[in-house]
Amino acid sequence: MHTVVCIKQVPDSSQIRVHPVTNTIMRQGVPAIINPYDLYSLEEALQLKDRFGGRVTLLCMGPPQAEAALRKALSYGADDAILITDRAFAGSDTLATSFALASAIRQIQKDMPVDLVFTGKQTIDGDTAQVGPGVAKRLDMQLLTYVSKIETLDTDKREIVVQRRAEGGVQVLRTQLPCLITTMEGINDIRYATMANMFRAARHPLKVWDSKTAGIEDPVKIGLKGSPTVVSKVFAPQPKTQKAELIDCEGRRPNDLAVTLVTKLFTHRPDLRQSINS
Amino acid sequence: MSDAPQAVKKPAGRRKLELDPRLAAYKGVWVFVELERGAVHPVSWELLGEGRRLADMLGVELGGVVIGPPGEETRHACRDAMHYGADLCYLVADAVLSNYRNESYTKALTDLVNAFQPEILLLGATTLGRDLAGSVATTLQTGLTADCTELNIDMENRSLAATRPTFGGSLLCTIVTLNYRPQMATVRPRVMHMPARDASRQGRVIESPLNMIETDIVTKVLEYIPDNLQDKPQLPFADIIVSGGRGMKRKENFQLIWDLAKVLGAEVGATRPVVQAGWVDVERQVGQSGKTVRPKLYIAAGISGAVQHRVGMEASDVIIAINEDPNAPIFDFATYGIVGNAMQILPALTEAFRQQLAVARLAG
Repeated sequence: MHTVVCIKQVPDSSQIRVHPVTNTIMRQGVPAIINPYDLYSLEEALQLKDRFGGRVTLLCMGPPQAEAALRKALSYGADDAILITDRAFAGSDTLATSFALASAIRQIQKDMPVDLVFTGKQTIDGDTAQVGPGVAKRLDMQLLTYVSKIETLDTDKREIVVQRRAEGGVQVLRTQLPCLITTMEGINDIRYATMANMFRAARHPLKVWDSKTAGIEDPVKIGLKGSPTVVSKVFAPQPKTQKAELIDCEGRRPNDLAVTLVTKLFTHRPDLRQSINS
Repeated sequence: MSDAPQAVKKPAGRRKLELDPRLAAYKGVWVFVELERGAVHPVSWELLGEGRRLADMLGVELGGVVIGPPGEETRHACRDAMHYGADLCYLVADAVLSNYRNESYTKALTDLVNAFQPEILLLGATTLGRDLAGSVATTLQTGLTADCTELNIDMENRSLAATRPTFGGSLLCTIVTLNYRPQMATVRPRVMHMPARDASRQGRVIESPLNMIETDIVTKVLEYIPDNLQDKPQLPFADIIVSGGRGMKRKENFQLIWDLAKVLGAEVGATRPVVQAGWVDVERQVGQSGKTVRPKLYIAAGISGAVQHRVGMEASDVIIAINEDPNAPIFDFATYGIVGNAMQILPALTEAFRQQLAVARLAG
């Protein structure tokens, strides 16, 4: 079993603030983390390795600093890590990104065939959920998105059975390897890194590939040139001018406050009383 | 890399905006009508409402795309699409399509696009819609913008201007697709208004075959386990939601949220930190990486109102905020606010609602 797990280094969006006066992003001090959704996929890949043996290769596209994310991911127990980094990737949208990742996976396959590719269900900075499906299409792999459970894996028959979250239920799907899986959050708990793996991760010789090494011959397919979508405008959301009407709390008991609020609410919106009672 | 931050440095103005003449043949706005197991997802009707507006601006037809098994439910979805604003429907009906599978649906939709060449294609940002949109856009080698909150037409070059939150909702960015067609976008449920249904509207149905048979498809559906709707939270379409954030301090305190929700017949929601701490199920997460909701009443307890949460709930009619911090951003956009300890206010509020509703019931 050879599994490739695609990860992305993202700014911790919960810690991003917008400057109240200039309406610009304050990037200073915002930590870079592994996209949290990728960790569920990494853990799933590691669990398959625990059961069936084989290798887990990490793949990340990003700036040189993304090395930190790969080392962190190695410390959980992955075997190898590849960073594809090149100025030519700058400005890549999801179509160009999936092209670059798919090219790199083809290069990886030259050394050892790939049976499974995992990606997170989406990233917390782009939130598009498009790169996983894009990579699968480009590699002509079967695509299993929003997997909530891997039921069985038969390495001889090269068959996998999974539960996939649909809008109104769960699909149980059977498909052939190689395939690409994106996982639902909560499918597992990421393990703790062992001391031995932490030392190994710190010393592990990372493979750093530029676009050529990643097998990309045609530079018009990557970066801004390879991206059909272009950001034409960035702006701050219109702040709402009306602030909340605060219920006067001075020296009043919670019961008083609650009655005042509910009375106010039902006076202002009598229809709400009907919606609740119906 | 996402389509958000990196491209910011180079605005579109530096690239030529004239459309390649080969692509000028692409005409019309399409909405993918998400039919799964006999029912259409309401996001499709919301998108038809939005698609109608875009089609009228462009002076073109609005097409609904229905893909599914042959039968009355599929035909019915076509008729409904007209009632919600479509001028015509493109239909691919085949027994192979009775369950959603990426391979067969991608084939059906890409073949339709290549045959009839729409300039805009909209899909719901559901699990099905996102799975399909990503595959179709890659197969067609065109641009796709996810989770848009606003769609418009730049009349200068007839291009779709798709606005979406970026940096977790702290900023908005408008994205255009240059020299690729169709221009694709997904929109989450409840972001756009539900249009009025007009049962007198009629239109034509253009049927196309699926050029694929069952043996061509590698993935097989072994079983479908429908959710037990009673257990399954339905936040996006709830009328009333009571939500809690980190300010609830402990998992046990979340019971106060459930108590109030019970009296109001409301759904329970939560912020991302609360979901990550495992206090409630992920299906209840409201915000940028959770659900978008637009209830009549949203009660936020112990929620500071960070932008990641705000983008998912600010369309609520009435927002009541309870927070200890008088400077919490939630008070900047809530309707009513109480500065106080949620653990004391919530039980009082539950009791006050219980009494007033009981009075109303007696009187009514």
